[in-house]
Order: sequence, then structure tokens, then C-alpha cells
Amino acid sequence: MSGFNISRRTMLAGSAMLLASTAMPDIGWAQTPKKGGRLVLAADSEPRNLNPAIVASNGVFFISSKIVETLAEASFDGKDGLAPRLALSWEGAADGLSVTFKLRDGVKWHDGKPFTSADVAFSALQIWKPLQNLGRTVFKDLASVDTPDDLTAVFKFAKPTPFQLIRNALPALSSVVPKHIYEVGKIEDNPANNAPIGTGPFKFGEYKAGQYYRLTKNTDYWGKDEPYLDEIIYQVLPDRTSAASALEAEEIQLAAFSAVPLADLDRISKVPGLKVISKGYEGLTYQLVVEINHRRKELADLKVRQAIAHAIDKEFVVKTVFLGYAATATGPVPKNDPQFYTADVPTYPFDVAKANALLDEAGYKKGPDGKRFTLKLLPAPYFNETKQFGGYLRQALAAIGIDAQLVNNDSAAHIKAVYTDHAFDLAVGPPVFRGDPAISTTILVQSGIPDGVPFSNQGGYKNDALDALIAKASETLDTSARTDLYKEFQKEVAADLPLINVAEWSFISVARDTVGNIANNPRWAVSNWADTYLAG
Amino acid sequence: MTRALILLRRRLIGSVFVLLIVVIGTFLLLEAAPGDAVDAYIVSTGGDAGMIELLRHRWGLDQSELTRLANYLWALLHLDLGQSVTFSRPIRDVILERLPNTLLLMVSATALSFGLGSALGIYAGARPGSVRDRVLSIGSLALYAVPGFWLGLVLIVVFAVDLRWLPIGGIETLASDKTGLDRAADIAIHLILPVAALGFIYLALYLRMMRAGMAEVWRQDFVLAARAKGLSRRRIVLAHVARNALLPLVTMLGLQSAQMLGGSVVIESVFSVPGLGRLAQEAVAARDTPLLLGIILVSAVLVVVINLLVDIAYAFLDPRVGAGEADA
Repeated sequence: MSGFNISRRTMLAGSAMLLASTAMPDIGWAQTPKKGGRLVLAADSEPRNLNPAIVASNGVFFISSKIVETLAEASFDGKDGLAPRLALSWEGAADGLSVTFKLRDGVKWHDGKPFTSADVAFSALQIWKPLQNLGRTVFKDLASVDTPDDLTAVFKFAKPTPFQLIRNALPALSSVVPKHIYEVGKIEDNPANNAPIGTGPFKFGEYKAGQYYRLTKNTDYWGKDEPYLDEIIYQVLPDRTSAASALEAEEIQLAAFSAVPLADLDRISKVPGLKVISKGYEGLTYQLVVEINHRRKELADLKVRQAIAHAIDKEFVVKTVFLGYAATATGPVPKNDPQFYTADVPTYPFDVAKANALLDEAGYKKGPDGKRFTLKLLPAPYFNETKQFGGYLRQALAAIGIDAQLVNNDSAAHIKAVYTDHAFDLAVGPPVFRGDPAISTTILVQSGIPDGVPFSNQGGYKNDALDALIAKASETLDTSARTDLYKEFQKEVAADLPLINVAEWSFISVARDTVGNIANNPRWAVSNWADTYLAG
Repeated sequence: MTRALILLRRRLIGSVFVLLIVVIGTFLLLEAAPGDAVDAYIVSTGGDAGMIELLRHRWGLDQSELTRLANYLWALLHLDLGQSVTFSRPIRDVILERLPNTLLLMVSATALSFGLGSALGIYAGARPGSVRDRVLSIGSLALYAVPGFWLGLVLIVVFAVDLRWLPIGGIETLASDKTGLDRAADIAIHLILPVAALGFIYLALYLRMMRAGMAEVWRQDFVLAARAKGLSRRRIVLAHVARNALLPLVTMLGLQSAQMLGGSVVIESVFSVPGLGRLAQEAVAARDTPLLLGIILVSAVLVVVINLLVDIAYAFLDPRVGAGEADA
């Protein structure tokens, strides 16, 4: 059962093995997939609502993407980075007013009823557009969905909508749920929200609060010979250290979403039979961002923001906070995005002397105590790394005479303080890049967003040129023209620094080396796992 | 009317007021914490202004604090604990599902710390100042000084990860479909480590109390009388000294039950036991006020009942404590 992990033991196993193990990619190494078995993995949270059509979030997808499928899934090698799921093809009209989906034939819901275009129309109009956290923005102009036959769904938009955006939104926003289940009663109160019914390779089995979720094999799945696994069990492990111990004790075979803390990875990678995998999250990139309250007089000054950017040693942050499992950032689109990223933006190399000079220029001289002014710094508590970076930033700012006072809150209090009360000067946040800047990125710098909207511009920043650029891009239909506008957007953000992008990171999986077909798409942890198997 | 019943009635009336104060206090405390259930929820989802407004309305958070408190108390009068926003289920069901696990953990840990603690205390106190007395005293103090979560983690690393004798956590084997005795044995095996982690911490307390109590009783006249009677040392220790030294421990048992409930928060998280402590922690993080109120209410009732039982036990153990004297 060796072959794919390049562990210390394999390395020592002789030169032939060494050759083989370095020559082979550690992912997708051709082993014959085996049928059957129960995959047990760690879950650190228990989502209250398991309906991914209503709640498009990674915590929900992690479990329900195996049960409820989307129209298309992200792919490393598919056209436009997509692979078909419930839709076989998608075509946008030149006027941006319609998108036509051809659907897969012979697909059945878990209760045996056939899947048709009516289900797609119902999900889009009754759920994605009015109820879904992300869909409410992306599908806001969706007017109707025509269903000329059972296998064709035509989305009609009231205003021209870029096809590129709809395409990029498919993997996360297009979960299809059964119309016949949801058309009875209030959608939000439907029991299927807690026991989802879908078309996916696994059926919802049972949920024991505080203990586990059990998914069982869908023997009627449309994928030939799929799924391989008989069962998936999500074991709820609330303690940060539990997942690593459970892996070592062979009680679980997989811990995704960095359930094993970065600091433990070095040790755990040396445990025979376990492998550490950093692939399979390319489509779920988190950005480490310094959010800035532009209502503060000092921070409204571009020179001060530039000084702060120069004071941050991004390389050091990647090396120490993320232990190398991250990349430095240049702007609001992550480097690993294949469509929009541009490196051609103003950069701020680490330079304390220059930062000090900029602050002097701005008129904030050091006082007799070496301090220029005091700021309130609120690191988001959701990740270890955001908290640790908060500590680093305090020191980095101290080096340029800015006295940052750390305020630590729990999640609810942080959200309220930053996004509703604006009771911060600087905050550390982890926004997510979701494959298209229009989904959840432009909102970070756009003006005119009501108070209380999380992960949006609540720093009082207003830049008319940038607003105009965002508005123009949102109605530009031509893909390459639209892409160019978003490159322009990156330049403008990097130049004016409404916020400071420091690093980009994603998650790490740790698995037994018996788990096969791990990380074979850019959203693997939240994809359907139809081809995942257990060897040996 | 018997003594116990008089005591019971008097205690019950007092308890209602205690519980009311607990409920209102908790409600106000949680209201004072920044952020509400919607703030906690949108951390993992995001959402626009319209969606957030919709959620606040659906969860009744757009009403004033006073209205919500009044509604809660009114429902409580009808023995309705309300609906949990984090679980979208009646709170009564959510709590009843977890209560047995916490009770099992608490009762077992208390039995371990009380039983073993007092036994070792008798053993140590029978010969004060001896080597065994010192070893036990120092050893138990060392255990008492160790934080619960750390002891739990060490037990996991040694017995579950390295030796693999015991499961690392949970209350029973996941999705195993075991029933009857098999299931009971399975649960017992899963409880060994968490009970040890929780019980050993409080063991020192009982041991030292027992030992100190014995040292005091040794000096009493009736012990001298017993020795003069020519009773064996063993009989003096067990029948005369230990029995009398046991009384303060029973009082401690009642007081300790509340602490044990607090300690179970940590132990339940470390060992992934789906109990009330962990639920309370989750309720605070999610700002699920009615759920937390429900948990606190149930815990308060639990503590009140345990102390009531202790009082009753006391009345039987020590004939000097009668209902009449309890007035004083």
C-alpha cells in the first residue's frame, strides 16, 4: 500500500522505490479503484441547514455536495475550468439575456422520481435568486427559466448578464434540489433542509447531533460504476487537536479543511501510513487582508496606507504564520486564479525605512515616546492564522511608530464590531475568492453597501473611479473585455489600497494512504466524491 | 409529615426564586455580549442586507430585549423551552438528547473521585504522617494541580494513540447499530478516559478532606473510649473514625456537583462527548440565547436536586440534623 505518499519510510525503502516515488505524481497514481468500504473523516462544525441551494458555504458543501449536485463542477482540465454534472452543456446568448443548459438524461432523485428541467427552474427562481446567500447577488436579474423540454433549461435575464460570471458561479451556486419536495410549504422550513434529497452519489443516512453524519451509497447513481464507497461517516470532532490524534489512532481516515493544525503537519507527515496533501483546494482560496477604516483621518491618507503596506514582510508572514502553506499576495485576485490574475500592479516591497519616510511625509512625526499614533486592531478569530497575523501586524506597525492595540473577540462579536458598528481602525479578515471577482470580491471595496453586510466594504471607502470600473465590468458581456476590466480593477485597488492584500492560502488534507482519488479537482473537499475509494 | 418532606417543600419554594434569578441574569448577560445569533451565523455564509434582515425577522431578533424576555418567561410558565435557532429544533429535544451523556459522565466521575478519594483518604489518614500518607497526599495534589484538558490530552495520547487500548473519544462507536448489553459495554469503554480525566482532578479534594477529617476525629474522646474498650485498630478506623469523618464529604458532594458540570465543558470537548457542557459552549458561540437559557435552567435544576438529595441524605446520616434545626 505504498506508492503514493512520499513519507520518510518510503524514501528509505531503497533507491528503486525512491525513484518510483519521486517520478510519480503523488496524486492520481494509478491504482485500481476498489469498491466498498466506509470512509470516516473529521468534521469540525455541524451546519444548521444542509441545503446547499440555500446556504452556499463550504461548511454545508463539505457534507451536502455528496448528496445534492450542481449543474457543473470545477475541473483542473475541463473547458473554462468546468466539468459537467447535472448539465451536459451551457451556452450563453450574445446579448447576455439568456443562458441555455442541456441537462443529463436518466438522472433520478433519491426518492426515485426523475430529475427534469422543472427542478432546475424551481431551484433557480424559488431558491437561488431569492434565498441563497450568494445567488441573491449573482442571479438578481434572472427573470424566468423556460423549460421547452425535460432536458433543456433556458435562463432569461432582465438585464444583460455576463456569461463568464454565470459560468464561474456554477460550481458553488447551482445546487439543484427537487421541486416535488420543496413546492409544498415554506422552503425555509422544509424537513429536507436537514435531511437533503438530491441526485448525488450518496444519500443522506442519519445525523446524530454532536456525534456524526452518515451518508450511504446511492445504488441508482447516474455515474457508471459510481460511487465506490458504501458509506461516508463525518465524525464530529470539536477539539482542535482531536483530528490529528484520531488519524494516528486510525479512527478516521481523512481530515480535510486543515482540521489538523499547520503546526502539527510536520510531525504527522512522518507518521507511517499518513499523507499530507495541499492540492484540491485551488478553487477555495482565502485571502489574508488588512481591512482599513477610512473614517480614521490618518488612514484616509494614501501615504499612511502605503507605509503600512511597506511595513508588512509578506514573505515572513507566509513562512512563519502559514509555515509555507500560502503564497504572498499582490492584489485582490489570487495568483492561482487562471482567468483574471495580473501581476502587473503596484507593489509594496518590505521596507521599514521607506515606510517611516512616508509617514514623516504625511505629517505624522514620531512623538517623544517613538509613537506616531495609536490604532485599534481587530484580528478575525475564525482561523488560527488570522489571529497570529494580528500579533505579527502589531509588531510590524510598532516598527514604524504606529501603536496598534489588539482587540480580540469571538466570531459573533467580531462581525458586529467590524461590519455593523465600524468600531475598528484596522481589522484582519479572511475573504474568499470564488472564481470570479463579481461574486464576493468587488464588494470588498465598492461604496454604498448598507451597514451590517459582512465581508464587504464597511471601512467607509469611496472611490468613484473604482466604483465606475466595477459597474462597467458587471455589464460587460465580452469575456476578454470583462477580464481586462478586472485586471484594471486589480491595478486600481493595489494603487489606492482600500485594503491591503497580504497572502493567499487554502486548506490542507491529511489522509491515510489507502484513500484514493483525493484532490482530483480544484474544489475536491466540497465535490461529490463519486470516484473516491478505499484501497486495501 | 416526615422531616424529609418538610425540608423538600421549603427547598422547592426557594428553588423557584433561585431559578428565576438565574434565567433573567443569564438572559441579560448574553444580551450584553456583542453580536446576536444572526451575526454568529453569517460568519460562515456571508449575505446581503436583505438576507440578514430576513433572518433577524425569522428568528425574532428584531423584537426588543424586553419583549423577548417576556415571551421567553411566558413560554417557560407553560414548560416550553422554545426553539433553538442553531438546531432548528425544539430545545427540549436537543437538551434531552445530551443530558444522559452528561449525567453519565458526571455520576461516574463523582463516584470515582468520591469512592476512590475517600478510600485512599481513609488509608492515608489511618496512619497520619506515614510514608503512604505523604505519597498519597503529594500525588493527589499533583493531580489536582493539572488542568483537566491537559490530563485528557495525555490520556488520549497514551491510551488511545500509542497503546490503542481505548477509543479516543465519542460516547459510543459511530453508526455501529449495537443494541442492549453490547451497546452498554461499548459506552462504558468510551467513558473510561473522560471519566478518569474528570474524576482524578476532584479525587484529591475528597482524599484530603477525608484525611483531615480523620485526623480531627482521632483526637475525639469517643475514639479514646473505643481504644480503651480494646477494639482493633481496623475497627476503630472503619466504624468510628471514618464514618464520622465522612459527613463533611457528603456536603462537599453537593457543592462539587456544580463544579463538575463546569469541568465537563472542557472534558466533553476534548473527548468529543456530545453532552450539555459542549452544547453550552456552542450555544454561547452561536449566541443561541434560548438554547443557553434552557441548558442553564436544566443544569440549575440538576444542582438544586442534587443538593436537596444531599440534605436529605445528611438528615439520615447524622441524626443531629433535623428539619427543626435546619431553620437556624
